[in-house]
Amino acid sequence: MSRGALTHPVDGRFGAFGGQYVPETLMSALQELEDMWHEAKADPQFQLELAGHRRAFIGRPTPLYAATRIGDHFGGTHIHFKREDLCHTGAHKLNNAVGQALLALRMGKKRIIAETGAGQHGVATATVCARFGIRDWVTNVRTTHYIIGSVVGPHPYPEMVRDLQRVIGDEAREQYMSLDGKLPDVVVACVGGGSNAIGIFTAFLDDRDVSLVGVEAAGKGIRSGEHAASLVGGRPGVLHGSYSYVLQDGDGQILPTHSISAGLDYPGVGPEHAFLREIERVEYVAVSDKDALAAFKLCTRLEGIIPALEPSHAIHHAGVIARELGPGGRILVCLSGRGDKDMDSIPTKSEAEAVTSRGPLDVDEG
Amino acid sequence: MKAETRSRLEGALKAKGDLKLVAYIMAGHPSKKRSIEVGKRLAASGIAALEIGIPHSDPLADGPVIQRAGQTALAHGMTVAGAIEVAEAVARDGVPVVLMTYINPVLSYDPRKFAAEAAQAGVAGVIIPDLPIEEAEPITGWIRSASLDTVLMVAPTSPPERIANICSHSSGFVYCVTVTGITGIRKDLPDGVLELLAEVKKHTTLPVAAGFGISRQDHLKALRGKLDAAVVGSAIVDEIERAGDGVSLVRELLKACR
Repeated sequence: MSRGALTHPVDGRFGAFGGQYVPETLMSALQELEDMWHEAKADPQFQLELAGHRRAFIGRPTPLYAATRIGDHFGGTHIHFKREDLCHTGAHKLNNAVGQALLALRMGKKRIIAETGAGQHGVATATVCARFGIRDWVTNVRTTHYIIGSVVGPHPYPEMVRDLQRVIGDEAREQYMSLDGKLPDVVVACVGGGSNAIGIFTAFLDDRDVSLVGVEAAGKGIRSGEHAASLVGGRPGVLHGSYSYVLQDGDGQILPTHSISAGLDYPGVGPEHAFLREIERVEYVAVSDKDALAAFKLCTRLEGIIPALEPSHAIHHAGVIARELGPGGRILVCLSGRGDKDMDSIPTKSEAEAVTSRGPLDVDEG
Repeated sequence: MKAETRSRLEGALKAKGDLKLVAYIMAGHPSKKRSIEVGKRLAASGIAALEIGIPHSDPLADGPVIQRAGQTALAHGMTVAGAIEVAEAVARDGVPVVLMTYINPVLSYDPRKFAAEAAQAGVAGVIIPDLPIEEAEPITGWIRSASLDTVLMVAPTSPPERIANICSHSSGFVYCVTVTGITGIRKDLPDGVLELLAEVKKHTTLPVAAGFGISRQDHLKALRGKLDAAVVGSAIVDEIERAGDGVSLVRELLKACR
């Protein structure tokens, strides 16, 4: 089963999901991208260059951190964080942007475009454009490379972004094994488009005893309709060039979404996630704004780490799993980004709940 | 090989020393009733066929004018079923109607049901811009078995072998996208359009139509004799948005076609 999962995509598809639902105008650019990516991936020189930028520019490998105080709080569980928040620019997004910028240079593309919905990918893209001297500007298909920020969009993007993000799980698995030679019971990651989750899950797909859990944004609750949980609350359809789970109305129109976290606020999800759910290799759940905020505070207070609101969803669910596993359980959480970007919005939103003191949030960012 | 008999679209769009004109409107823009009225007026204005758009929330091939029309139509409650009703009302007047929409509304509606109902409504063909040839089957097969044409698109970025492949799978006509971007109103025809049209003509006996960015008499004069038909979309939708019906624009443009 999972052995098969690793060999995907086949003909641009993960099982029934994926594909290239784009206008003809883009098809030859996608074909070129696929050819160039496969060539680059197999080129030791490209890999060497990528490894150098990962080390010196992104700051990899990122640490594996034992979150013992949260672990104790959850009843004696061993919780570890993969610290993607310590990547340059504060999130895992740069892993992808650096790789795609190198590829753009290799393809002779002089310009870059990117979508900037959640902000972090926009920051990462602007950063690589500065680093590699590429113009961050829109022009036409022939001279421009579009850096998609997650494992979404038409083939080959979901595959390529996975290949660039799997460094998270490859490192984490090795670091985890070096602790005591054992694997975690469960790996947890938040899922918007799903790139940090695919990044950490990929290394564990063949480890049949390791449960993998993806956490979507339940917003104000799945039943409220104000959420961004495509796998938990959507149905299959085509969005942004690929066939996957989509939040849509009965007529196939894409629905507005809600999440407190911009990075999870997306009406679709990567096609590989749809496939991993279908073959029952990964379980997908959803966590509300309120629970994510509570986890945000808990982590800040107990660990001195301000997580982004996105992985705060995963931290909350790690607590749920911890209670199921009981003392001694082993959970690895992908801490996909740091939360100082969220500081402006959080106090006001949590003040509305009027429960906790603001103490832990009065952090000097200077 | 294609069937021996010409389809309605094929017959209507084949140029005979002239240039045929295809108009585009969005179903439900600015309202269902008004789009039927405008469609009927355009049908009687001398056009060879009418494209009727079914609005989609994520119209990735459309420029601002048609995007806005789609948003208006959706806000006023237009649906796939409603658009088929608009098509039926207009098709009754005899002009060949082509439905144009994106793949997700069709998938959501059920492609077989969509094809059957569109055929029942008197629709002649379907265009789905985000369904390139690699993804076309089985959906275009279902549409074709309902006796509807499935019009495929070629782009300036399509290499010759792809153009040949697309031409051999298209029916009704071949739709040449003249720009590498989105739909919209432009001053000049883009470079390379005539070369693209010549390449397409090598690979098909179907009528060839050009669209995206065509709105002026001089565009049409430049195209006449090089292909069979031109599609005018945004310029007409723009007039409809400003409470017009596009008929006088069509009449002006037709002067350059004869």
